[in-house]
Amino acid sequence: MNVVIKNIIRLILIMFVQVFILNNITPLHQLIVPYFYFIFILWLPFKTSRVALLFIGFLVGMLVDMFYKTPGLHTAAVLLLAYLRPFVIGLLMPKEITEWGNEEPTRFTMGLAPFTTYVIILTLMHNGYLILLEWMNFGSFLYFMGKLIATSSVSLILVMIGELFIHRKTRNR
Amino acid sequence: MRNIFLFIRRYAIFILFLIMQTTALSMLFSYNRFHSTLYGMFSSEVSGRLNDRVDNVYSYFSLREENEKLRAQNAQLLSQLPSGQLFADTTKRLVRDTVKIDSTNSYRQFEFMDAHVISNSVFLQQNYMMLHRGSNQGVQANMAVVGPEGVIGTVIGVSSNMSTVMSLLHRQTKLIAVLKKGSGLGEIVWDGKDPQTLILNKIPKTVVVKVGDTVVTSPYSDRFPPGMNIGFVSAVTNDQETNTYILKVRTAIDFSNVHHAFVVKNKLQNEMDELKSKLNKE
Repeated sequence: MNVVIKNIIRLILIMFVQVFILNNITPLHQLIVPYFYFIFILWLPFKTSRVALLFIGFLVGMLVDMFYKTPGLHTAAVLLLAYLRPFVIGLLMPKEITEWGNEEPTRFTMGLAPFTTYVIILTLMHNGYLILLEWMNFGSFLYFMGKLIATSSVSLILVMIGELFIHRKTRNR
Repeated sequence: MRNIFLFIRRYAIFILFLIMQTTALSMLFSYNRFHSTLYGMFSSEVSGRLNDRVDNVYSYFSLREENEKLRAQNAQLLSQLPSGQLFADTTKRLVRDTVKIDSTNSYRQFEFMDAHVISNSVFLQQNYMMLHRGSNQGVQANMAVVGPEGVIGTVIGVSSNMSTVMSLLHRQTKLIAVLKKGSGLGEIVWDGKDPQTLILNKIPKTVVVKVGDTVVTSPYSDRFPPGMNIGFVSAVTNDQETNTYILKVRTAIDFSNVHHAFVVKNKLQNEMDELKSKLNKE
């Protein structure tokens, strides 16, 4: 299947899960907000150009903001994620990015440990920035730290579940 | 000059990132005005349509509870009908009325319009709801929104078929409230922590407050009909610095489970606004 079409379908499914399922679960605790949608950026192919990443990030953020009615909040966080992604991949992968075909970052193409590191770093960046922005408007530092830890752990669990249970076709290298 | 171009070329992606980031942040920090912008109206119309489709499915799951709530409200309303009330015979007296206009006739100040809640959130620091009723159906900004059990919020943005409601669970909520027992004017705010607990400030310590007291909307509000339930006092703390209490109020309505709401139209709103603007001019 064409990479673009595949990713558009994936975006629609991920947005559906985030907006209509995760957003409607009764809150477990005041500190836990389940964020899952940024897995779309994590799963984009290796060779996506940095400019394209930024534009895709902006689009995804605006889509989430449309449903959460928080103009710009998620957009800002996803933009940071999209900007940092190439650097993190560069750190973890010895290869030049242009050498890759249409492969995506998975636990097979990257190896389980580097992939987990990649997910952890970017999840913390995304949630940290998002909650920092929320905290700048109001709230205390303790609240900020608590929410960062609780929300990030839930995000990590969700992303890892997504990675382990959703079968993505990749050629094993 | 060449150096400048080289600089721009080298940092093009970073500059693009900065521009986008600034756009996002400027939108974020002007979110109060956001709902009245063209993009805000467009996006609420689009997301509203989608939310409406999905809510069609969701609403099946709560039909039973919804039914029970409506039955309870019906029973309450029926018991208020004049046909169900008796007057003591001794007060009746036949008098030939010489005044041709019935000056004791009441007229309606608040009109309730039924609306369907199609999206809702309780997780965030600023929670909004979306109603499937917009300016085409007579909703205007600043109208009150109440549910069967109590106050929900205020309309802040209207597009042609949808409207956005700022729920009480919002960091900028400020609502004048009174204790149902009588005395004491206070202010309802939300501290962003628990979606079932609001904070009631500014009730003076001269008032006796007990856990379980009902908190209702004040008769001085120009949006909310007086006496609508807001919640019940769940904890009483003395504010050491001032002469007032800080009360925790359990919300009357379960915000995570709202499916129907009423938009309240105050028919005297224009008159009140005119008077206020006259006051401000002087």
